[in-house]
Amino acid sequence: METTLLFAPLVGALLCGFGWKVMGETAACWIATGLLFLSAFLSWVVFLSFDGVTEQIQILRFIESGTLSTDWAIRLDRLTAIMLIVITTVSSLVHLYSFGYMAHDDNFRDDESYRPRFFAYLSFFTFAMLMLVTSDNLVQMFFGWEGVGVASYLLIGFYYRKPSANAAAIKAFVVNRVGDFGFALGIFALFMLTDSVKFEDVFAAAPELAETSISFLWRDWNAANLIAFLLFVGAMGKSAQLFLHTWLPDAMEGPTPVSALIHAATMVTAGVFLVCRMSPIMEFAPEAMMFVTFIGATTAFVAATIGLVQNDIKRVIAYSTMSQLGYMFVAAGVGVYSVAMFHLFTHAFFKAMLFLGAGSVIHAMHHEQDMRNYGGLRKKIPYTFAAMLIGTLAITGVGIPLTGWIGFAGFASKDAVIESAYAAGPMGYAFWMLVVAALFTSFYSWRLMFLTFYGKPRGDKHTHDHAHEAPMSMLIPLGVLSLGSIFAGAIWYNSFFGHTDTVAKFYGVPYAEAGEHSEEVAGEPASGDEAAKEGEHHYVFSGQPGEGAIYTSPDNTILNDAHEVPKWVKISPFAAMLAGFVMALWFYIWNPSLPARLAANQRPLYNFLLNKWYFDELYNLIFVQPAKAIGRFFWKRGDGDVIDGSLNGVAMGLIPWLTRLAGKAQSGYIFTYAFAMVIGIAVLVTWMTMTGGSN
Amino acid sequence: MEHHLLSIVTFMPAFAAAILAIFLRGDDAAASRNAKWLALITTTVTFLVSLFVFFEFDPNNTQFQLIDEADWLLGLKYRLGVDGISILFVMLTTFMMPLVIAASWNVEHRVKEYMIAFLILETLMLGVFMALDLVLFYLFFEAGLIPMFLIIGIWGGANRIYASFKFFLYTFLGSVLMLVAMVAMYAEAGTTCIGGCEVSLLTHNFGSESFDLLGIQIVGGMQTLMFIAFFASFAVKMPMWPVHTWLPDAHVQAPTAGSVVLAAILLKMGGYGFLRFSLPMFPVGADVMAPLVLWLSAIAIVYTSLVALVQEDMKKLIAYSSVAHMGFVTMGIFAVNQQGLDGAIFQMISHGFISGALFLCVGVIYDRMHTRDIDAYGGLVNRMPVYALIFMLFTMANVGLPGTSGFVGEFLTLVGTFKVNTWVAAVATTGVILSAAYALWLYRRVVMGDLIKASLKTITDMTPREKWIFAPLVVMTLYLGVYPAAVLDITGPAVAALVNNYDTALAAAEAAAQTAQVSN
Repeated sequence: METTLLFAPLVGALLCGFGWKVMGETAACWIATGLLFLSAFLSWVVFLSFDGVTEQIQILRFIESGTLSTDWAIRLDRLTAIMLIVITTVSSLVHLYSFGYMAHDDNFRDDESYRPRFFAYLSFFTFAMLMLVTSDNLVQMFFGWEGVGVASYLLIGFYYRKPSANAAAIKAFVVNRVGDFGFALGIFALFMLTDSVKFEDVFAAAPELAETSISFLWRDWNAANLIAFLLFVGAMGKSAQLFLHTWLPDAMEGPTPVSALIHAATMVTAGVFLVCRMSPIMEFAPEAMMFVTFIGATTAFVAATIGLVQNDIKRVIAYSTMSQLGYMFVAAGVGVYSVAMFHLFTHAFFKAMLFLGAGSVIHAMHHEQDMRNYGGLRKKIPYTFAAMLIGTLAITGVGIPLTGWIGFAGFASKDAVIESAYAAGPMGYAFWMLVVAALFTSFYSWRLMFLTFYGKPRGDKHTHDHAHEAPMSMLIPLGVLSLGSIFAGAIWYNSFFGHTDTVAKFYGVPYAEAGEHSEEVAGEPASGDEAAKEGEHHYVFSGQPGEGAIYTSPDNTILNDAHEVPKWVKISPFAAMLAGFVMALWFYIWNPSLPARLAANQRPLYNFLLNKWYFDELYNLIFVQPAKAIGRFFWKRGDGDVIDGSLNGVAMGLIPWLTRLAGKAQSGYIFTYAFAMVIGIAVLVTWMTMTGGSN
Repeated sequence: MEHHLLSIVTFMPAFAAAILAIFLRGDDAAASRNAKWLALITTTVTFLVSLFVFFEFDPNNTQFQLIDEADWLLGLKYRLGVDGISILFVMLTTFMMPLVIAASWNVEHRVKEYMIAFLILETLMLGVFMALDLVLFYLFFEAGLIPMFLIIGIWGGANRIYASFKFFLYTFLGSVLMLVAMVAMYAEAGTTCIGGCEVSLLTHNFGSESFDLLGIQIVGGMQTLMFIAFFASFAVKMPMWPVHTWLPDAHVQAPTAGSVVLAAILLKMGGYGFLRFSLPMFPVGADVMAPLVLWLSAIAIVYTSLVALVQEDMKKLIAYSSVAHMGFVTMGIFAVNQQGLDGAIFQMISHGFISGALFLCVGVIYDRMHTRDIDAYGGLVNRMPVYALIFMLFTMANVGLPGTSGFVGEFLTLVGTFKVNTWVAAVATTGVILSAAYALWLYRRVVMGDLIKASLKTITDMTPREKWIFAPLVVMTLYLGVYPAAVLDITGPAVAALVNNYDTALAAAEAAAQTAQVSN
């Protein structure tokens, strides 16, 4: 069953991509879609029937060289199971959605068959993503990692006639490669130290790595920290974290279903998955984890600030994605991997829906993406409006404060992240960044809603007159994702963010009574407080690295502590959400002229945010241009003047007869020196023979 | 077992060349067609016969196999044989040659001579990979240049004389030094047998005591000197930075088929030489020089990748990319461990398919437009979807995408190098970023975008003949990418033996040096 669900998308991609001429365009697309729905169905079966025990399925030998031995294999544990349903559910819905969205496209002539190619890419992407999450070793994971990168490249550049799309595609691939640079070095270091790239071996060696030092570049490092850091650099690229994020906004050049599937719900979360998957290493790498937390928190903040002022509807959501990924990394960075996965899980539903909703708006508005030309659309496209509203309620985190779980999906998971951040570092950097980001999130999300659906229609009147609701193939996915956006948080709250024993059971991790453990660390006040609670059992994770899907060291009680944070902390994200909502209301409903005035007053700040903190310009200045300049220098000066120059010098100076030979310069001279060479060989043979060459 | 399978494989192409030279008269269309067909059939049959070699070969036996020997002129021995290192190069050669001939179907100028040149070239290349006698090896190694000169010089582009002159000058300087070293080897070991005899160069311990020469202490003694001499020749062939500048010119001027042979097979002679001579025969010398070679490799990767980034000529770009990929090979070889060497061999085989295919890709559009200028193209996908797909696949293979054969070699060489020198590995890994940049940038400028140039409006997609040429390359690139064990199972035992001998020799030399010190 696992093998079937893994390969169904690949079969679909191949049949659709190569077989459409035989079976017809529509049939080909339906085959790809059908196989994905099969895959999704099987994934849910696997997820719901999964009992927490890690399974391994061998498929084929892969790279084997000495002690380096890898297989194509499936490792099925809870992390994989979660990713399976996220990927296949969103992907199958996006396939379905694409029937409507891609039916007509102005970028192609009517007689061009672009749809099978699109569906084939989507299915191929899904396959690569499944390979990534089912891998039992780092090399197969790297295959999936790069495979999704290629699919992303192909889909961003799907409108191959648009120069901007081509540029964005290359940028995405190359920036991701910068991340892969770190990822690859991490794999090399792991192999050097543990002699294996299989997860089970690597995890088992984790405690040892914490004690090992490795000489890398100019100094010695703690092995666990170094490896965790290098792997995280890979995660930064794929998950568009700060400094390696510049590709994600540009990736919006791709068709909108692609943005929903790849650049919101699945591929960009691969980095979070990687950090959670490597939790046994991460737990032994405190410094690296501080870095993860720092980058995550900073990204959440920076992306949210940029999102405040963007005018392209997709770019707003893209920055929102980047910001939410920052949240996930904070959760992972402070050591509550289950909460990181929780936010990943709920985010997939509501962010995919926001993108698909945005796609529906764009579809209705004839590919107009500038929100300044929207307005008053809620009557024209009521279902889309409803879906977007649910998505907005989910992402901004609407729910009943202090219940923890009664609310939209984002409410449960985002609050869990923020509480965990507080538990890990009360009043710390990460906590405040996330709360402020929550305020901004609320502001830009509502800004998007108000600009798009409220007020008077702006922009081209003709376009507004012809705005129309999307077909069923697009509305059904929105409906299904709405359910997820509403209920996913509440239903699985306990599994991801319940008491330690529930979470441990969910992930198949052993756990023990806290009492046994707190004796060892009796001096710690935190465990003392817990013990004071009457009538409740307290548990801690007690497995060895590699047991179960995630590893949390017994000292790591943040999951527990997060439930015990002060009440004001629990309310803070809700308050931030309300504040953002009211601000958006004020700016865009009550006093619509305010934003323009503010932008005019605060010109430098506005430009700074509008131009995305000038990262692109900076990178162009310090990386792209110098690389080309150096390349040109090496070519003209290095190869040309120095190497060829000295060679020519030798030729002209020391061997003038050769140049004379070249001066004759007709093909005849080649025969001359060919002949000379034969003579030379003959002389050699003769010489060796003469000096006694027989044996 | 006594048979002449290897000789048959080696000399079948030369035999066909002789038939062409002697019996084929005239220069008309019919004669040309006959020449092409004879060459195609011969190379195909050679490949089929070589499959027998492949299946007869036992990878778990680390000795030379299928040895074919005979007395030769002047008391020299004629000895051919294959082991786990050479067999794959033999297979690569016989596999590529029919494709090369098929890709030359449009040649019109002196077709008979053209086919003769390629057939003889095949014999000589096969001889290099199979020769088990020093003189024989040298013969094949040096003579192989002649047909290549002719191919560039007669069927090449406008600036062919300059290119072949440069090619000659480089290889000539390298060869002289190698020749001197060979004489010295023979003088010391008293045999010209490379391996598989009772007394052979592979089993002989060359002197490694340090000595002073002109006031400079030579660490590793004779071994170091011999290593350097061989290195001069092999490094040019690879080619390694900074003796690589002949390659871009040679590629640019060579006809498509010449470029394919050059990139896919001829470059591998250098790498093969390192594996056959430098490492096993001069381990102490190799150990002394390895850090330098590792750094040269890392520099090659970054330097040539940066240069590739700014090229305006498609073939030049791919040529520079080839130099960068050969950098991974030398790096893997001189990491001298299982992964590094496995990776280096894998990379050479895989690069044979990928770079061959990329040059063929250039050839496809060069045949139509007669220009290699990147700016002359753009938007080909609009009229050439099949071409776009195939070019994409090989572009991705070139940047080392997992799932294609390009990944395995790069990955293994880097893994192997990381164990030895993290600086070199880290610098080389940046090549992974740069290769993505130049390869995708090339692809974008040639294939993507709208088709606006008037000259391209009528360009046609690949013909069935062209598709059939690419099909085997596509299959091999993906097959080895998914199931690299097909190659690694063969190289594994041979490489393990090589590494083992190398380490043993180094330890022995170390011990000897210590004893010498103690006794002093």
